[in-house]
Amino acid sequence: MNLQVDVQEKDCVHVFRIVGEIDAFTAPTLKERLDQVADQPQCQAVLDFSEVDYMDSTGLGVFVAFYKRVKAVDGSVKIVGLNKRLKRLFEITGLDDIVEIEMESRDVNGTV
Amino acid sequence: MAQDVGKQYEELLKKYVENEDETNLYAAQQVSRKFIEKKISPEEVISYHKTSVEEIFPDLSARIGPSYDFLIEVMIHYGLALMEHQSLIRKQEALQIEMDVAVKVQDMLLETSIPQVEGLDIGVVSKPAKKMSGDYVYFIEQGNREACVAVADVMGKGLPAALCMSMIKFGMDSLRSQATEPQHVLGVINQIVEKSMDDSMFISMYYGKYDGSTCTFTFGSAGHEPALLYRAAEDRFVELDAKGLLLGIRKEVGFEEKSVVLEKGDFIVMLTDGVTEGRNSDGFIDEEVILDMLRQVKEQPAQQIVDYLYTELFKMQNYMLHDDFTLVLFKKE
Repeated sequence: MNLQVDVQEKDCVHVFRIVGEIDAFTAPTLKERLDQVADQPQCQAVLDFSEVDYMDSTGLGVFVAFYKRVKAVDGSVKIVGLNKRLKRLFEITGLDDIVEIEMESRDVNGTV
Repeated sequence: MAQDVGKQYEELLKKYVENEDETNLYAAQQVSRKFIEKKISPEEVISYHKTSVEEIFPDLSARIGPSYDFLIEVMIHYGLALMEHQSLIRKQEALQIEMDVAVKVQDMLLETSIPQVEGLDIGVVSKPAKKMSGDYVYFIEQGNREACVAVADVMGKGLPAALCMSMIKFGMDSLRSQATEPQHVLGVINQIVEKSMDDSMFISMYYGKYDGSTCTFTFGSAGHEPALLYRAAEDRFVELDAKGLLLGIRKEVGFEEKSVVLEKGDFIVMLTDGVTEGRNSDGFIDEEVILDMLRQVKEQPAQQIVDYLYTELFKMQNYMLHDDFTLVLFKKE
């Protein structure tokens, strides 16, 4: 299974469009792309999950590490386009309380 | 010095092509040891051979000379690939040793025994998908009337994961005589792991405490899959969820604490995502399928229920676990 991550930068916001399944095999690809921006001062990132069907705990680990690093540089992370399954994952893990989650994935570029 | 060995090689080769005497072969073996001592690479040896052949057979060298250059080029890359391969094998061996230590830690240090509490029947099954499990179950018993349990899923592998489990165990052990309320236990363990863990690691943990004197089950969750409560009188399942963040992400976290009173025949199933996210060829195994299976064996003892569920789900996944699989069942007798 392949994972594709496209990054676009607009008005200092990095928008990651993620396509595929995030598991132990594909998570390193996501990590590599996120690492490129994670330490930028006041990094602002939007992660678009609208084309992600599944994410396992390895994927969640990559996300958590990214979240911590971005917080450390006073940045922000926003998540858009979660399907039902992923929304539940973010709710169960309590991450929905500390990360901004927007359910609609359209117009991600102009919303932060 | 290297030149000397080269000269020596040339002399031996010359003698050998003249009389094919075996003693020269033996001497060549000795020279090869010197090559190693002087860190002369295989492609350099070929280069000596080329020079020697040019000296011994000056007429032939123009014709076969390029073939040695060809071989030298091949050997350079062969040598690099071999070194890379050997370094990978060494890394793999180091990982294997770490994994063996971690498995030992998990087997010995983290052992737990099922509490004996009056009126409560406990069943547990925990199977690793690979050699080392990321799932962890730990029980504490308080004098026949109270049973506490932690069902945790540690993200990460090897020794760091095993050490995280030991933090859960020692956290629970140190609190056993003071406060065993879920909110408190989860808060303390979070403080311990938050300080000591790598950024990409986290733990999800469900913690429950059954008090036999009031038949009450009090629970809290740190980002863990909710437990399921089967109400025998109503023949229905209820999710026992409680709000709380994964352990190891933030220092200050509040954990919700809830409780339910168990009636005869009721049971609580605590699990990890290896159970709920089992997959077969058609996709994820539906939660309804799991609930139906539980209904079919609800009258049986706790251990038989969890064993049955494991066997059936393992079968459905073509006898292959994609993730560690853990089930703990508390049944009111």
